[in-house]
Amino acid sequence: MPKVPGMIKGLGVTARTMAETIKPKKLGGGAHTVQYPHEKESPPIRARGVIALREDNCTACMLCARSCPDWCIFIEAHKDLAPPRRAGGAPRKVNKLDRFDIDYALCMYCGICVEVCPFDALFWSPEYEYSEPKIADLLHDKTKLGEWMETVPEAPALEAGAEKKKGK
Amino acid sequence: MTDLADRQKLSYIAAQAADARLNVELETEGMTLNIGPQHPATHGTLRIIVRLDGEQVVWAEPSAGYMHRGYEKLTEVRTFPQVTALINRIDWLGSFANEVPFILAAEKLMDIEAPPRAQHIRTILFELSRIANVSLFLGDLGVQLGAVTPVFFAFRDREYVLNLIESATGGRFHPNFDRIGGLKDDLPAGWIAETKQVMKRLRAFCDEIEDLLFGNEIFQSRLRGIGVIPADVAKQYGLSGANLRASGVDWDLRRDQSLPLAWDKVDWKVWTHPDGDSFARCWIRLQETRESTKIVDQLLDTIPAGPIMAKVPRIIKVPEGEAWVSTENPLGEMGYYVVSKGDLGPFRVKIRSASFNNISIVPWVLRGVYVPDVISILASLYFILGDIDR
Amino acid sequence: MSLLAADLPYWAQSLLRVLGGTVAVLLPAGTIVYLFLFKMMSFMQSRLGPMEAGPYGSLQLFAEVGKWLQKEDIAPENADTRVFRMAPLVVLVSTFLLVAVVPFGPDAYFTDFDAGVFYMLAVSSISTLGILMAGWSSANKYSLLGGLRAAGQLIAYELPMVLSVIGVVIQAGTMNLQSIVIQQNDGEIFGFDGLGNPFLLTQFVGFLVFMISVQAELTQTPFDMPIAESELVSGYMTEYSGFRFLIFFIAEFATAGVFSLIASVLFLGGWGLPFSWFGWESVDGIDNWMNVGGPLILVTKMVVLSGIIMWVRFSFPRMREDQLQRFAWKVLVPISLVNIMITAILKVVF
Repeated sequence: MPKVPGMIKGLGVTARTMAETIKPKKLGGGAHTVQYPHEKESPPIRARGVIALREDNCTACMLCARSCPDWCIFIEAHKDLAPPRRAGGAPRKVNKLDRFDIDYALCMYCGICVEVCPFDALFWSPEYEYSEPKIADLLHDKTKLGEWMETVPEAPALEAGAEKKKGK
Repeated sequence: MTDLADRQKLSYIAAQAADARLNVELETEGMTLNIGPQHPATHGTLRIIVRLDGEQVVWAEPSAGYMHRGYEKLTEVRTFPQVTALINRIDWLGSFANEVPFILAAEKLMDIEAPPRAQHIRTILFELSRIANVSLFLGDLGVQLGAVTPVFFAFRDREYVLNLIESATGGRFHPNFDRIGGLKDDLPAGWIAETKQVMKRLRAFCDEIEDLLFGNEIFQSRLRGIGVIPADVAKQYGLSGANLRASGVDWDLRRDQSLPLAWDKVDWKVWTHPDGDSFARCWIRLQETRESTKIVDQLLDTIPAGPIMAKVPRIIKVPEGEAWVSTENPLGEMGYYVVSKGDLGPFRVKIRSASFNNISIVPWVLRGVYVPDVISILASLYFILGDIDR
Repeated sequence: MSLLAADLPYWAQSLLRVLGGTVAVLLPAGTIVYLFLFKMMSFMQSRLGPMEAGPYGSLQLFAEVGKWLQKEDIAPENADTRVFRMAPLVVLVSTFLLVAVVPFGPDAYFTDFDAGVFYMLAVSSISTLGILMAGWSSANKYSLLGGLRAAGQLIAYELPMVLSVIGVVIQAGTMNLQSIVIQQNDGEIFGFDGLGNPFLLTQFVGFLVFMISVQAELTQTPFDMPIAESELVSGYMTEYSGFRFLIFFIAEFATAGVFSLIASVLFLGGWGLPFSWFGWESVDGIDNWMNVGGPLILVTKMVVLSGIIMWVRFSFPRMREDQLQRFAWKVLVPISLVNIMITAILKVVF
């Protein structure tokens, strides 16, 4: 068989792709793109979309703020007295969060803060729709970070052969 | 093979001499053209100053540094885990591959080794980032030569690879997944099966690109015999990776050095090409993408069970010493020379990135070519600006 | 139009012609941009293209035009301002002049004169002037390179185009485009008149050379060295913005449309269908509905041809300047010369 010239083959590739795209979705065709605001792709469970904060767990230990490579976490706290655990005990001293801000304009989504947090207060959420027209509005405070807590998914099951992890 | 190389070298020299003679005889006033820093062919902010005689390049000089981000200096004031997040951004298309040599160097200093499962997964992700990187090159090549469609194919199929990387590591572009002593996390369930599907897809993509682009006569006439780099010149300029292998030098760090990674456990081939022209460089990359999908496929079948993290202290202090580790990254040899003084962070890090050395040959290889060939040679040398400027 | 010419005053005829010409230029341009540039290209790249403006993105072009019209009309400081501003118009004028000779139906044409082919080939090179003006006056090295390349390329490909049309002219024995159309539909190939005699079949080599030259004249890939957005940053169009860029853009696709019209007139039988299908004996026997149906048939043929032009454009990489010059002079010109010779010999023999 004589060799098909490469140029004709090239035309064939584009024509085939066009036929595949025009073919209805039901028959396995369709475009590879997603019409974004109308339909959305769901990011994988581990996707690093936004950092959510569980305020109750935070002890303002500042580990996250110190380990952040570009210092985008701002924490302020004051000492407070919490009611004692047992009746009759002395009131406990706790750190109460006044401010926990993350500047997402600075954040480079490395995830070090989530990893170093010893008290399970920070989580990754795959949520991604929080763009702002003004860069200053990307500084989010603890209420906003707390709201994202609802979007945090369960950690995915692991592939065969993985060791069970202890704790976090 | 040597015969061919010799003949090519001779013909190249003859062509250069003829051009030089022509220029002397015709004494025309030249024109200086700045290609870049804002130019679509430099995919980033590389500036190449060329002196033209008509459309022929008489003299060319790359001027790098428009995107210098000072990573070598930054690493001196960051801790080891933070450095991993930074160096992701050097070669931003194959970012996982950037982490590996640095982590290996740190592990060498601490005298620990990642468990076999971690080594395996590292190698898989390394090859996936190579595929993500090079598949984009294959598409981008089309755009540089004026074909609009391949780049969309490349973005389409690279997306699947990025999705894989994201579902394993959490980050599409900047995984930050490597840790000293192992990996951050194990693979999620179902990942292996999905990866096999995607590898099949990518092999189809390679065939498509071969039909659409590499088989095209116009494409071949644009690249064959253009920008020939003989093997000894390539070695002298310190080229590495596919650029070097395209000149016929059988040199691949994945095979030629023993690292605690899994390449020696699978069966694969190092491709070389005797021609050393632009087409050879592109063809080598196409073959390597195919080879990578095969490596990934074989590695997926043989992932050993076990932990993914060696025993490391929670706060990492690297003992005093110096270590050099380099790996065969998508763009070529990438290495880190880490000097530690026993602190939380390195004392000094020297980054050897592939693209910086690869573009050093630009003044040599661009002499005497036409302006359209400048673009195709630059495209075939394949650099990434982050990798040049760091 | 000549149907109406009898009972309309001159000013009304002129108005009608201007309106008709505008429609004949803009409608194909819009069709090509939407059908091929927006949709076919997207489908070939596994995507859907513009979808938001209008149903299935059909009003996207209007959105784009609106955007361009809002943009500032910038001219570089060192540009030769008058020439710079005029250049896009010169390019567009060539398109309008081209459409003047295209016959759309038995009586629906703007002009009908005997040197139609000659006029068409002459007028089509006016756009070269405009491109050269744009490249030179922009005061930009990239534009200059692009302009010079464009001039060299357009002149090189003008020649095979002329030579390939000569084959048709010899076979038809006339330079009048209307008569060429009628000959094709009225004719017969070796006694078989079921298809008429479209010159596509008898002048296939000429057709190929013509289409390749058209591709080059339109500076579409693989002949888009003058534009070459990845190396010359769109060549002669680099410095243009807003309204003037829009004119270049329209001119590019309108010219693609008009050249496809001309190619279908020359090779595909133009507005007509083989007359034997309807039992028409000669031109006078043609039913009047062809004045409405003819343009539709012609536009259908045009869409097919420009579809092929665009298909090639989206699939191929571009040739280098010296390669495409060599291709024109060493391949296309000899082929079309041989074609002329053979046509002439056969014309004499039969």
